[in-house]
Amino acid sequence: MIARSTRLSQAAVVIALLLVAGLAAAPWWGDVATERLFGEFMIYLALATLWNLLAGYAGLVSVGQQAYVGLGAYVVFSLALLADWNPLYAVPVAGLVCAAMAWPVSRLVFRLQGPYFAIGSWVVAEVFRLSFAQVQALGGGSGKSMPAGVIKLISANKFWREATIYWLALGLGIGAVIFAYMLLRTRVGLALTAIRDSETASVSLGVRIERVKLAVYVMVAGLTGLVGAVFALQKIRISPDAAFSVNDWTANVIFIVVIGGIGSIEGPIVGALIYFALRETLSDLGSVYLLILGALAILVMLAAPRGVWGALQSRFPVSLFPTGYRVLKSKSAE
Amino acid sequence: MEWVNAVVQGVLVGGLYALFAAGLSLIFGVMRLVNIAHGDLIVAAAYLAWVIVQATGLSPLASLILVIPLWAAVGYLLQLGVFNRVLGRDILPPLLVSFGLSVIIQNGLLTIFTVNSHKLNEGALETGSFEILPGVAIGYLPLMTFAAAVGVILALQWTFYHTALGRAFRATSDDPEIASLMGLDTRRVYAAAMALCFAVIALAGVFLGIRSNFDPFMGPGRLLFGFEAVIIGGLGNLWGTLVGGVVLGVAQGLGAEVDPGWQVLAGHLAFLAVLAAKPRGLFPRMAA
Repeated sequence: MIARSTRLSQAAVVIALLLVAGLAAAPWWGDVATERLFGEFMIYLALATLWNLLAGYAGLVSVGQQAYVGLGAYVVFSLALLADWNPLYAVPVAGLVCAAMAWPVSRLVFRLQGPYFAIGSWVVAEVFRLSFAQVQALGGGSGKSMPAGVIKLISANKFWREATIYWLALGLGIGAVIFAYMLLRTRVGLALTAIRDSETASVSLGVRIERVKLAVYVMVAGLTGLVGAVFALQKIRISPDAAFSVNDWTANVIFIVVIGGIGSIEGPIVGALIYFALRETLSDLGSVYLLILGALAILVMLAAPRGVWGALQSRFPVSLFPTGYRVLKSKSAE
Repeated sequence: MEWVNAVVQGVLVGGLYALFAAGLSLIFGVMRLVNIAHGDLIVAAAYLAWVIVQATGLSPLASLILVIPLWAAVGYLLQLGVFNRVLGRDILPPLLVSFGLSVIIQNGLLTIFTVNSHKLNEGALETGSFEILPGVAIGYLPLMTFAAAVGVILALQWTFYHTALGRAFRATSDDPEIASLMGLDTRRVYAAAMALCFAVIALAGVFLGIRSNFDPFMGPGRLLFGFEAVIIGGLGNLWGTLVGGVVLGVAQGLGAEVDPGWQVLAGHLAFLAVLAAKPRGLFPRMAA
């Protein structure tokens, strides 16, 4: 008999469902500050999970995912400011635009190998940032705020507006984890796991790695665009430097994944929890806080390259999101 | 004449970009490492020179006799203490470590020196120039920077092909395992390469600091310029790196002539155009 789930993973599903239900009810039991903090957590959970798919599985170490966060945010702003759209309807468009843009971008940056891909993707993000800084209709280099009339299109009532944006963020955070889990259980996921373990071996087994990488890159770009769109709704103000910030959208995300554990679904969740715990306790330290975060990431890379989750897993072989199969002793055979 | 001037100044700036790029190219050639903190290390070297100038009263260029050996020593130790531990088949650990280093350097500089920009003062040399055509003048400092870039590339070429150290670099680059079987301590070879890279970084940092104001967050931009020069010129080709720097400098100069906001963007677009047309760069090294 073979099985995928374990007793622990079944228990995890139940606990996760209860947790999500509790989180979804946050607008009623929490204040606006709690709601916003949770919303931001979900945004980072989504970004970390998506970046982990790229870097941890597909071998695409991108330092340029802020390109799609920023583009997604700007699509929402453009449609809202220039075409009077309800910003909510612009969110899915942002995802589609980012996925569509990722294809031509991949044609260029996929020509760069390994570490050079990392920096090439960063150059593309800079091109996006500098280009949007030239668009005067969107506020140029200094940016623009969403007019109150447009914001009211989301909902005239402040409670429902905050709650709607929060639920979008919650949906993205939880959705990204489910997406990663479902993807890794498919044929593409099997190929991705093979690429993670050895590119050379997976090529020799017939994995068409270029196609798999392209597919993952485009899907991740689209979802990252959705994150950018929700960020735009959260902030109501946009500027090229904030929307395409390498520190906010890539550095922090990389630290979350590295500290939590790269190449596993649980890693980014653990990392995001650690990151927010650190941020809420140390952020008064200002620049010293980022210094500590950078040092922590290096220490983890030196001492436990698979992060906190990897270190835990090497002691207790548990998996909350089982993607493989295990052989069980069959009862009928006894 | 304005356009001619833009091209001439762009060529000269290309020398500075080649200095940014030479160290990057050297490190990638020897150990397949792309150091994301490269630009931050250039800026940090400029701050080191600033401290030494304040403490000793030396001129910035004279401070190089201290900055270069100090920075080379830092590079040697950084390689032994950090990078050697993560170098391996997997490209991810060294890349992420250098990324962490980049954030540490930026915020460390911010904590010590504040966000205010600093500058290295080289007196009359900064403004001195001679006219080659009416309306087209060549500054002494940009010319010196360009000459330094040519000098660095000559020196690196000579080191690579005419010294025992260069032989060790090439052997380790070709196959680290065989090289260590032949009695080379690859960890020390890597450390020596990083020390050499840091010496070039120190030179680049001082020229950067004399040319313009610098602040703690300038590093990533310099990394991108150096990286673009390497790719435009062709991986592994040091002279190509100089051409790459010049192409980038001219593209930026012409972009700035159209609109100041286009300066950096035009450089990036030139890089992407070369990547689209000639993915291996303008002068790829012959396959060995």
